[in-house]
Amino acid sequence: MTEITLTVNGEARTIEVDPRELLIHTLRERLNLTGAHIGCETSHCGACTVDLGGKSVKSCTVFAVQAEGAEITTIEGVATPEGMHVLQEMFREHHGLQCGFCTPGMITRAWRLLQDNPNPSEEEVRFGMSGNLCRCTGYQNIVKAVLAAADEMNAAKEAAQ
Amino acid sequence: MKDFEDREQRTAALKGLGCSRKRVEDARFTQGKGNYIDDVTLPGMLFGDFVRSPHAHARIKSIDTEAAMKVPGVVAVLTAADLEPLGLHWMPTLAGDKQMVLADGKVLFQGQEVAYVVAEDRYAAADGVEAVEVEYEDLEVITDPFKSLESDVVLREDLEAGADGAHGPRRHHNHIFLWEEGDKDATAQAIGEAEVVAEEMVYYHRTHPCPLETCGCVASMDKINGKLTLWGTFQAPHVVRTVASLLSGIEEHNIRVISPDIGGGFGNKVGVYPGYICSIVASIVTGKPVKWVEDRMDNLMSTAFARDYWMKGKIAATKEGKITALDCHVTADHGAFDACADPTKFPAGFFHICTGSYDIPAAYVGVDGVYTNKAPGGVAYRCSFRVTEAAYFIERMIEILAIELGMDAAELRRINFIKPEQFPYTSALGWEYDSGDYHTAWDKALKAVDYDGLRREQAERVEAFRRGETRKLLGIGLTHFTEIVGAGPVKNCDILGMGMFDSCEIRIHPTGSAIARLGTISQGQGHATTFAQILASEVGLPADSITIEEGDTDTAPYGLGTYGSRSTPVAGAATAMAGRKIRAKAQMIAAYLLEVHDDDVEWDVDRFVVKGAPERFKTMKDVAYAAYNQPIPGVEPGLEAVSYYDPPNMTYPFGAYICVMEIDVDTGEWEVRQFYALDDCGTRINPMVIEGQVHGGLTEALAIAMGQEIAYDKIGNVKTGTLMDFFLPTTWETPNYTSDYTETPSPHHPIGAKGVGESPNVGGVPAFSNAVHDAFRAFGLRQSHMPHDHWRIWKTANNLGLHG
Repeated sequence: MTEITLTVNGEARTIEVDPRELLIHTLRERLNLTGAHIGCETSHCGACTVDLGGKSVKSCTVFAVQAEGAEITTIEGVATPEGMHVLQEMFREHHGLQCGFCTPGMITRAWRLLQDNPNPSEEEVRFGMSGNLCRCTGYQNIVKAVLAAADEMNAAKEAAQ
Repeated sequence: MKDFEDREQRTAALKGLGCSRKRVEDARFTQGKGNYIDDVTLPGMLFGDFVRSPHAHARIKSIDTEAAMKVPGVVAVLTAADLEPLGLHWMPTLAGDKQMVLADGKVLFQGQEVAYVVAEDRYAAADGVEAVEVEYEDLEVITDPFKSLESDVVLREDLEAGADGAHGPRRHHNHIFLWEEGDKDATAQAIGEAEVVAEEMVYYHRTHPCPLETCGCVASMDKINGKLTLWGTFQAPHVVRTVASLLSGIEEHNIRVISPDIGGGFGNKVGVYPGYICSIVASIVTGKPVKWVEDRMDNLMSTAFARDYWMKGKIAATKEGKITALDCHVTADHGAFDACADPTKFPAGFFHICTGSYDIPAAYVGVDGVYTNKAPGGVAYRCSFRVTEAAYFIERMIEILAIELGMDAAELRRINFIKPEQFPYTSALGWEYDSGDYHTAWDKALKAVDYDGLRREQAERVEAFRRGETRKLLGIGLTHFTEIVGAGPVKNCDILGMGMFDSCEIRIHPTGSAIARLGTISQGQGHATTFAQILASEVGLPADSITIEEGDTDTAPYGLGTYGSRSTPVAGAATAMAGRKIRAKAQMIAAYLLEVHDDDVEWDVDRFVVKGAPERFKTMKDVAYAAYNQPIPGVEPGLEAVSYYDPPNMTYPFGAYICVMEIDVDTGEWEVRQFYALDDCGTRINPMVIEGQVHGGLTEALAIAMGQEIAYDKIGNVKTGTLMDFFLPTTWETPNYTSDYTETPSPHHPIGAKGVGESPNVGGVPAFSNAVHDAFRAFGLRQSHMPHDHWRIWKTANNLGLHG
C-alpha cells in the first residue's frame, strides 16, 4: 500500500491506496464518493468524469497514485453552500437526465467546460461534451441545459458587476 | 367565468395529467446521490468475478482452481461441479429452455461463464480469475444460423435428439422451434395470383441494449433469520423473487428482492443471469454478502443480445399499389441457449404485428429458432417483444414494393393504411388494434417537412450529382409504424407462468398526502414523477404530495415489472383504478360529512361538492382527515386501496417519422439534417417526459441503424466487445429532433394512455435505414444490410458504380 495526499472537494485527505488502484475505486470505495460511476473501464463513456487539477479526467483510467498532491472536484463538490449549482438546476429544468447514471460525469464535465469557455456556441458544447455518453436523453436537452446554465451564469456575473 | 378560473387554478395546482411537471428524481441524481447497484455496500462484503471462455465452442477437459485459491484475498472458487449437488449448475430460461450457470462439460459461446471466483475485493477477484487454469479442446464453431440447420455438429448435447422443445417439434438437432401464425395457404394463393410481388431478404443484425450501467447484484444470506436479500439491476424484481425461490428452495417470504436506482435497462435487465445465481450461492456458502457487477466487456459478450433476425419477405399488390398479401419467414439466431425474454406462448414475441399500419387481407409468418455458438438472449431492446424487427421488416418491404411499382413510398403507405373507421381493427395475423388515425398523422408529418419540396430538392441533387457538381446525395427516410405494447392480458400473456398484470397500492395519509407503490420499476422513465400525476388527477391531491415507490418486494405489491412499454398501459391503469377506489370510498365519507346522500355529491377536481350547491364541499384533504379521525357509520377507518389490473387488450401507439439525411458518396459519412417525429401515444401524461423519451429512443435507433452491432468472426470471437468498437452515438453525431404529436386515446385504458418509451426505437430504425436506402434509390439500390456504418455505405456506393 502507498500513502497519498490529495485535496478532494476542498478537503485535504491522506489515504492508503494500492499502487495499482484506479482513482474511481479510491473515490467510490475509500472516500465514499459514489457520485461518479463506472460505465466502461476504457475511457469512452465518461460516467467516471471528475475534475483533476483543473481538467476533466476519466477517473477509471487514472491510477490513484497519479493524483498525489492534486486537487480533485467530484459531483459532490459541485453544489455550493447556497444550494444546487446552476448546472444542476438547469439539467432539472430542461430534462437533461433520465436514469441519472451519466449525469454526475456530465455535470462535472460541463462545470469545467463553462469555466474554460463561459460563452460556448451549441457546436462548442457538443464538441466539448462529446466524451460523455448518455443512453437515455439523446443529448438534445443536455446541450440545452448547458447553454441555459451558461446564460444564467453570465447574467449573474453581469448583475454582480 | 370565476368558477372556470377557480377550477383551472385548482387543476393546475395538482400538477396532474398533461402537465410538464419537472422530475422529482432529479435533485438526487444531479447531486451524485443516486443509489445504483455498485453503490450498495454491506459490512464484510465479498466480490465475485467470472472466469469466461475464450472459445466459442469447446469441450472442457479440466478446471484447476488450486492456484487461484492461493491468491491472497480469494475466498472461494465455484465451478459447475460445486453447483451440481444443489441442482443449480443449469437454470431455466424465460423461453422454456435451460442454460448453463457455469460451464458443464463444454462451452457454447465466447464469454460463457466457466468458474466464479469470490474474493475480499474486486482486485483480488480479478487476480483469482487469472489464476484459474482451464484446459479446452476446440470444437467446430457455428456462427451462421443457416449452416447450423444443416450441420452435423450437435451444439446442445444435453437435449435429447428428436424430442420436442418447449414450443413443439424440433426438426434438427440445432433447431429450437418453428412458430407460425396466419393463413399460409390463403397467403400463398394471394401471392400466386398477384399482379406484382416484391421479394427480399431483410436482415436485422445482432446488437445489444448496452445501458450505461451494466448488470449486477448484491446477495446477502442472513443465516440467523434464514432470510435472503438480493439487491440487483432487475427490471422485474417480483419475478426474480419467485424464480429465486423456485430455484433455491428458499420460501418466497424469506426472500426480499430490491431494485435500487437502475442506470438504464432497455431490456438488458429483464433476464436472469448466472451472476445472480452464483452470487446467491456464494453468499450462502461464505455466510457473507457477495457483490457481482459486470464490466462492459462481460456485458456486451454475455448478457442479453437483441435482434439477429433474417426475415425473408414477399409482399403482393395490385398494379395500383393495394397490398393483397404478406408472407414472412424468419430464421432467428438465438445463440447457444434460448433465453429470449418473451411471454411464454410467444417464442417470436409479437413479431406478428409485422403487417404494421396497413390493411393487408392475407398474411402468414413462420419463425424458425436456431442454436448457434453465440451468446444467449433475444431481449426486447427498447421495444415490445420483437416489434422493432417487425416494424423494420414491413417498412423495408413497403419501400421495396414502392420501387417495384415505381411509386412514391409516401403515397403507397397512404393508400394501404388502416382507415380510422376500421378501428378496432383485427389484423390478418390476429391482433385487435385498439385505436388509430394514421391518415391524420401522416398528412401532418408530410406537411411539416414539406415532403414535396424535399422530393424536388432530392431530384435536383441527383441531377447535380450526375453532372458531377456534388458528391453528396440526399435521402428521405419515411416510416409509419404501429407498436403493440402493454403486455398483457393475463389470458394469453405470462412469464414463467406469472400472468402479466400489474399493480398499485395507495395509502392516503391523514393530512392529505399519500404514498403509492407499484409492481413496476423505473430505469430512467421517471415513474416517481408521472405516476404521481396520474394519481393527482384521480384523487385530487397535488402530485407534489404523493410519493411513488417501486422495486422492493417486501413493500410493493406484486407486478411483472418494467419493459415492453408496459408500465403506463398496465401499472398506470392500475394506478388510475386504485385511485378510483379511493375516490369511491371518499365519496361516502364526504356525503356523510356534508349530511347528504352519496348520490347527491359530485366530484370536482379536488373535492366533492353538493349537487346544485357548489359552496358546500369537502376536499379530498378534508376527507382524508375524517377517514382517520372520526367514526363514519358503515365505513371502515382509513383511506387505502389496491388494484391489480389485467388489461383487456394491448395498446397500439403509432407514429410518423421522417428523416432527411446527407450522404457523402466518397467517404460513406452521413449527417442527419432533419428528423421529424410525430408520436401518438394516446393520452399524454407528461409532455416533457414524452419528448425526452422520444429523443432517447431515436438516438438508440440512430445507433442501431448507423453503426451498432455485436459482430462475430467465423470462429466465434466477439469483434465488438468494448465501447471502442460498439457504437454509442455521442453529442457530435446526434442531431436535434423535432417532435410532434396527435392524440388518439386508447378506448380500453382507464385514462386512454398507450405507452411511448419504445416507439422512437421501433419507428426510428426504419426511418434512418430508409433514408440511406432512399438516397441511393435513383441509382438502383434495393436492399443493403444494417448497420449503415461509413464502410458499408461506401461499399454500397462502390457496388453501384458511383466511384467512377
